[in-house]
Amino acid sequence: MKDLIASLVSVGFHGTAYGMILYVISVGLSVTMGLMGFANLAHGVFAMAGGYILTTAMDRWGLPFPVSLAVSFALVAAASVVLERTLYSKLYTAGELAQVLFTIGLIFVATAIARLIYGTLQQPVHLPDYVRGQYSLLGRDFPSYRVFIIVFGAVMVAGLWFGVERTRFGAMVRAAVDNRAMAQSIGIDTQRLFMLTFALGSGLAGLGGALGAEIIAIEPSYPFEHLVYFLIVVAVGGLGTLRGPFIAALVIGIADTAIKYWVPQFGAFLIYVATIVLLLWRPSGLFGRPA
Amino acid sequence: MTVVLETRALCKNFGALPVAQSIDFQLTAGARHALIGPNGAGKTTFVNMLTGRLQPSSGAVILGGDDVTRLSQRERVKRGLGRTFQINSLFRGLSTVDNVALAVAERRGLGGRMLKPARAHTDVRDESMALLRTLGLQDDAATLISSLPYGKQRLVEIAITLAMKPKVLLLDEPAAGVPSMETHRILDVLESLPAEIGILIIEHDMDLVFRFARRITILVNGATLLEGTPEEIARDPRVREVYLGERHA
Amino acid sequence: MKRHNGSYSADPRIGWLELLPWVLGVAAFFLLPDYLSLGARILVYVLYALSLDLVVGYAGIVTLGHSAFFGLGAYVAGILAARLGVTDPLLELIVSFIASALLGLATGAVILRTRALTLLMLTLAIASILSEIANKATWLTGGADGLSGITVSPIFGIFRFDLFGKTAYWMCLAALLVGWWFVRRVIYSPFGASLVGIRENYARMSAIGSPVYGRMLSVYTLSAGIAGAAGALMTQTNQFVGLNVLSFESSGELLVMLILGGVGRIYGAFVGPIVYIIAQDQLAKQFPEYWSLGIGLLLVIIVLFARDGILGILDRIVAAVRRRSTARTAIEPKRSDATL
Repeated sequence: MKDLIASLVSVGFHGTAYGMILYVISVGLSVTMGLMGFANLAHGVFAMAGGYILTTAMDRWGLPFPVSLAVSFALVAAASVVLERTLYSKLYTAGELAQVLFTIGLIFVATAIARLIYGTLQQPVHLPDYVRGQYSLLGRDFPSYRVFIIVFGAVMVAGLWFGVERTRFGAMVRAAVDNRAMAQSIGIDTQRLFMLTFALGSGLAGLGGALGAEIIAIEPSYPFEHLVYFLIVVAVGGLGTLRGPFIAALVIGIADTAIKYWVPQFGAFLIYVATIVLLLWRPSGLFGRPA
Repeated sequence: MTVVLETRALCKNFGALPVAQSIDFQLTAGARHALIGPNGAGKTTFVNMLTGRLQPSSGAVILGGDDVTRLSQRERVKRGLGRTFQINSLFRGLSTVDNVALAVAERRGLGGRMLKPARAHTDVRDESMALLRTLGLQDDAATLISSLPYGKQRLVEIAITLAMKPKVLLLDEPAAGVPSMETHRILDVLESLPAEIGILIIEHDMDLVFRFARRITILVNGATLLEGTPEEIARDPRVREVYLGERHA
Repeated sequence: MKRHNGSYSADPRIGWLELLPWVLGVAAFFLLPDYLSLGARILVYVLYALSLDLVVGYAGIVTLGHSAFFGLGAYVAGILAARLGVTDPLLELIVSFIASALLGLATGAVILRTRALTLLMLTLAIASILSEIANKATWLTGGADGLSGITVSPIFGIFRFDLFGKTAYWMCLAALLVGWWFVRRVIYSPFGASLVGIRENYARMSAIGSPVYGRMLSVYTLSAGIAGAAGALMTQTNQFVGLNVLSFESSGELLVMLILGGVGRIYGAFVGPIVYIIAQDQLAKQFPEYWSLGIGLLLVIIVLFARDGILGILDRIVAAVRRRSTARTAIEPKRSDATL
């Protein structure tokens, strides 16, 4: 019995950390898809880029860990702005097929560049000493870094929700997600809004990729391999919402960890089946608006 | 006079907002009926409930004597209810005749046939061309919709619905977006529609309404304010009040 | 080649130009005897691309999971041969077709009630499920090593599968002929016209009383079956089946081939795979990273500038040439008047 509880706690803990990372990466996708209606399958590319920037910043440029995290966020956000202004914005009205093809093309390009620069092996992450080690709570030991991820994630989530609910920017985003034409007609500059939201969402993806480099390994096949999970988080949570993907990410994180621990022979099979069942019951996701 | 379409105490609330308040409405066979009212009066919501796009909060929709309140749009279409859209809903990449042919084929139950070429179904093409001729669009048969002027597109919108041989026709602002010089074409088309169809139009163009309609219903804030012949409506002081404000009544 | 577009006026008779692919296919057998396995691969992918075009190009259902049907067909053929000793190629083709069609029916019934992103994601999920099963069920599928030891009996008991791939080539060509004929018939039929209607304006098709869901399910099932048959051909040609037939990269690659040729027109499914596979054969082996990069860039460029693919570009060139020649004939009479 004690072993079972220990396992449950461990699975719950690690699952929550994984879920936090999934959320930080995917929340940007949820908002931009709900806001711009753009099927950005290349979102994983931003997360991967964040991870590569982190390891490069720490290993090759010798920057401290917190600075490297900030640099990951900033560089990915900046790069996404360039991409949005030059390429993405041309395709807002192009239809789903064009957007899917375009973003797949981006994935191909990004993975090829990653392979050329970094090779095919996973990037090792050298975390600083102060986040390594164990943290003692209630007589049990937890890896400090995972605790850090959970705390950092929770703070960030709170900040994000506060920002969307209380700030003017957040109100504009909510209005534009709800009804773009209406928002434009009351004077909201939707172009600028798209750009800023896209930058924020992509920057967060980069940060999530960097933060989660230990949990989701950084390698060139990253965007392909984890695309399904990011999409599941967003689709199950509900496009354009913040709360939905949070619940979905936690559930998936914990479920995936639990499955890998207790029934590894099933793999992700159960999660896919559960996703299909859930989407049939609620096609717009848990919190999404019916089309 | 047979009643072809009827609503009984039809209500719709969006949350706390009542958009339709206990509307009783009757459309007879061969009717030429117009539904007017200020913006936001709930006219399109009403039509959406008639067609099945929207479910009412309470009340009933009766089509040809049968209660269709719970039936889908497609079911109502099969029972003879046709509707055009305020904003054109056409197959833009296809030609004019192909737009109409799709509807004709569906009505004839041929849309699912897989082995015989479409062109070999000459009955579909002949009927489509005949319909285009009644609307004066025969010369534009091969033109892509995206190349047609807006007024003609509006006519194609009506043509597609007519291809379904409806018994009841709901036209949502047929003259919307059409330059005022061309609205007479719309009126000509409306006047040439088969006499036995019951027609309800929603319109803001009062000229068109008064020339077309034999009966007018005014909807204000989701409730029927007044119903009567064009002469009765024009005389009634409440109408002026609704449209122009109290001082002019 | 004029793009057929869901029309009751389009002439369904087979034009001269449409015989070109078959002439080329037969000629290739005699002129390029060393490239028959590459040729067979191209033929298989043309059939596979035709099936995808039905769904994506004509019905407008964007899917990234078509490899599920191709892969299922491939594995069914492999399992029949390697595990059950059923080696008759025609029987394998039929069983694979049916199996994939059934999978298409079952999954389509479920996912076609959703739209856009949800639908796309579900297609990915289903393909991922099959990939996981193939990976884990080693006793059946050979897992990561794949299924080898696949022998193919002579077709009709007469035509033996030789080492040079001659029989395989003819089999693929014949299968493609049948598949093409059938797909073409469907596209020119009222059913095909209604698919285009669904793609162009889903809501309006519903409003004119068309059973949209049923139509989409029909085409999805048919397309899945054809993809399954293509998969079986692949297994028979290679005498091997591995996990790559079920990968996301396989679905993505097929989509690239289709877009490259031109989506929503039958011959795009011919041109795309031919160009892609030949280019891949020449370039990818030498510079695999740059190949990937090139494909990605090509996709981006196509989407931005040439969304109708190679055939679309050809259309535009032909139209420009025609315009110039009519302009020229308009000028000439005046010139001859002047000389008088």
